[in-house]
Amino acid sequence: MRASRVSHTSVMLLAWTVALVVFFPIAWTVLTSFKTESSAIDASAMLHFQPTLSSYSEVFDRAQYVDYAINSLIVSVGATLLVAILAVPCAYSMAFHPARSTRGLLLWMLSTKMLPPVGVLMPMYILFRSMGLLDTRIGLILMDTLMNLPLAVWMLFTFFKEIPRDILEAGRMDGARVTDEIRHLLLPLALPGLASTSLLSLIFCWNEAFWSLTLTSSSAAPLAAFIASFSSPEGLFFAKLSAASTLAFAPILVLGWLGQRRLVRGLTFGAVK
Amino acid sequence: MTSRHRASLLWTPAVILLAAGSIIPLLMTLWFSAQHYNLVTPDLTGFAGFENYRLLIGDPAFWASLRNTLVLVGSVLLVTIVLGVALAVLFNQDFPGRNITRLLVIAPFFIMPTVSALIWKNLLMHPVYGVFGIVARDLGGTAVDWFADHPMVSLIMILSWEWLPFSSLILLTALQSLDQEQLEAARMDGAGAMARFVWITLPHLRRAVSVVIMMETIFLLAVFAEIFVTTSGGPGTATTNLAYLIYGRALLQFDIGGAAAGGVIAIILANIVAALLARTMATQLEA
Repeated sequence: MRASRVSHTSVMLLAWTVALVVFFPIAWTVLTSFKTESSAIDASAMLHFQPTLSSYSEVFDRAQYVDYAINSLIVSVGATLLVAILAVPCAYSMAFHPARSTRGLLLWMLSTKMLPPVGVLMPMYILFRSMGLLDTRIGLILMDTLMNLPLAVWMLFTFFKEIPRDILEAGRMDGARVTDEIRHLLLPLALPGLASTSLLSLIFCWNEAFWSLTLTSSSAAPLAAFIASFSSPEGLFFAKLSAASTLAFAPILVLGWLGQRRLVRGLTFGAVK
Repeated sequence: MTSRHRASLLWTPAVILLAAGSIIPLLMTLWFSAQHYNLVTPDLTGFAGFENYRLLIGDPAFWASLRNTLVLVGSVLLVTIVLGVALAVLFNQDFPGRNITRLLVIAPFFIMPTVSALIWKNLLMHPVYGVFGIVARDLGGTAVDWFADHPMVSLIMILSWEWLPFSSLILLTALQSLDQEQLEAARMDGAGAMARFVWITLPHLRRAVSVVIMMETIFLLAVFAEIFVTTSGGPGTATTNLAYLIYGRALLQFDIGGAAAGGVIAIILANIVAALLARTMATQLEA
């Protein structure tokens, strides 16, 4: 009894230590974002400092943070909507009206995820340039849609598979049209699945960096590209970098925390439950 | 056309878009890789055969990038799986605040890669102003100039931090489906904690580990943003992976043919992994 009490306490101490160590870089960034530039690099002011919002106001005033945030929002939400519009009917027909080609198609969709983005960088750049899509939000929405569509179809497919077919069959007997069947029978039942699929797509779009850095420059550049501009050597502005970073990750971190319980299945294409 | 027939064709828009968005650029990459196509020398055009591949394979930078890619992928996989198993076992225990600590541990997964890389490089690893350096000096040691002296190790640290939440979360989920009665029976039979871990827990995690390996490999083979904002592939070619090499060829040196040849090699590399992944995933469809 005594021994187990001791090990119980040590497990708790160890787990909390590990958790705080892993979380430290994030906590430190948030802390630094409330410092002035001089106290951010002052070793004696690591924890003793006067909190200020000056870095935040500078990020808003000078760095056009809002423009980048709007791009991030429009691109992520736009791409996630487009993904849902394409993936729901696709996963529906694959789950409830499978054909001989369905299995092969699903595996092929997964295989497109293996195409390293850099392998098609030049063609994409040239195609985008010739279609006038370089540095446009539409272009980035299209790219993010391509990137997330396979994952979304797979996730929805595994979620739809768990819905009893009888319910949909019954609706069909009653004369429901396909669109009604999807809207009034399938989606309400699959809402948790659709929610976690959209959440994952939103997170991936928001954080996407490769195409943001290569296909946008100014007018459509999202936050991931904005933050990258802090990598220039002349700008060692720790407090401003921290404030901009906090603003960039806070919304998606909160969303991620809210939805984390459902993410595992999506992240593993249903292979781990 | 019957309603049922229509329903069975609803997959077409998604598949057509995806096919157009992947097959067309793929064919273009193959085509470019066999062309003389360099924006710096616009006069030299036409069929190049395997010239681009020959030049690439003859370039020491290519072999360095291939080695860096493998070192990066291999090291991050090793760190995230070993630590991931440890964390999964730890967080599978019952203790006060378990849910909060889990939220803290999973947080890095949601941070965008450019942010992760920059806060690590500056706030933590900067030799003068970074936390690591300050703490090291306070303890009487000397600060390490991480990115100058150990650029690859620095990248591996950042990427491991980014991917540890993923591996621990997946492994923890797998661990929760472990049959407790089986563990209890083994304990009754006198199996020690270590024996139970090696003979029951680890085999149970095999499938989850293989999923983690393959998912992480897909993303790690394509690491780009972290290198872009920290080292730009340097010093020299010390942290240039295949993805960054191709990016440099294409958008910095305008050697489209050479970049395409590199792209084809990157695709082949990824497809070796893909073949393994597809085999595991195919079993999902049997159910």
